[in-house]
Amino acid sequence: MQRQVALIKQSLFDQGYLDDQFMELEELQDDANPNFVEEVATLYFKDSARLINNIDQALERGSFDFSRLDSYMHQFKGSSTSIGASKVKTECTTFREYCRVGNAEGCLRTFQQLKKEHATWQDRRGLGRQHVGPSKERDK
Amino acid sequence: MAVGDLSSSSSSSPELHVLAVDDSFVDRKVIERLLRISACKVTTVESGTRALQYLGLDGDKGSCDLKDLKVNLIVTDYSMPGLTGYELLKKIKESSAFREIPVVIMSSENIQPRIEQCMTEGAEDFLLKPVKLADVKRLKELIMRSGEAEEGRIKNPSPNTIIQDDIDSSSPSSSSSSSSSYHDDDDTPSSKRMKSSVHD
Repeated sequence: MQRQVALIKQSLFDQGYLDDQFMELEELQDDANPNFVEEVATLYFKDSARLINNIDQALERGSFDFSRLDSYMHQFKGSSTSIGASKVKTECTTFREYCRVGNAEGCLRTFQQLKKEHATWQDRRGLGRQHVGPSKERDK
Repeated sequence: MAVGDLSSSSSSSPELHVLAVDDSFVDRKVIERLLRISACKVTTVESGTRALQYLGLDGDKGSCDLKDLKVNLIVTDYSMPGLTGYELLKKIKESSAFREIPVVIMSSENIQPRIEQCMTEGAEDFLLKPVKLADVKRLKELIMRSGEAEEGRIKNPSPNTIIQDDIDSSSPSSSSSSSSSYHDDDDTPSSKRMKSSVHD
């Protein structure tokens, strides 16, 4: 079982879904603080849900306030960096580049991609953990 | 018993109390954990304004007994809504009560002019996020060492020190100033010397 988890984790790592930073966070967990990673991940998902919602609304309204969008993305990139969600972080960087040049089309496209990567990371996180199982994650 | 007293006071190694300032929930949680693992007491606040309130620098004086809250180190994010980390740094350095407290800036962006601006304003160090345990441990050692050096000089005045004190009794202690902790030969990548390998 341990071996399976280790293999899955390695595969996620190889595919670029987890980076060094996630490993660093796991190392901060110990018997006295056994839920640290889960707690941080929960904060991340709450935070990213809020940001995704804000950005969705802003884009749906058709208002391309690039500076505000960039500000949301800065936050999103920050927390994605801290949690080790590197593909999400990459999309954030791309989105900010499009904001910088005022490319609305690019922003929209990138945002779709970002949401995909984020959802994948969320699902995979369920697989990568010694946990009750992915279904528990999906219910969240 | 004098020796015993001295050794007990210096070896009890009081915990550092760190004030961590960051508007991100995730980052606050992580920095708090990093500091706790490094045996520090931690207070986290979500903005520069709250940090000033905590320190009693917001003009609302005398609400707390500052001695109890003695902060040994302030670690702050750079980009925050309202008061930025840089502005917080400036306010702290302008305050006679708190200017000696080392302030470390954290940022996810490796922007040279920004780093220089902070270091010029008196920041102790500039860390690139994500902050690692190694960064925090190194920082702690730095602060403890300058704190001990300070205490050592006060409690164990050497003949040289006495002479120096006689000569310029009004000069601030030099050992605990930031210049001693720059450690020019220290190549820790994520500090102000910048990461040579960016994780992107």
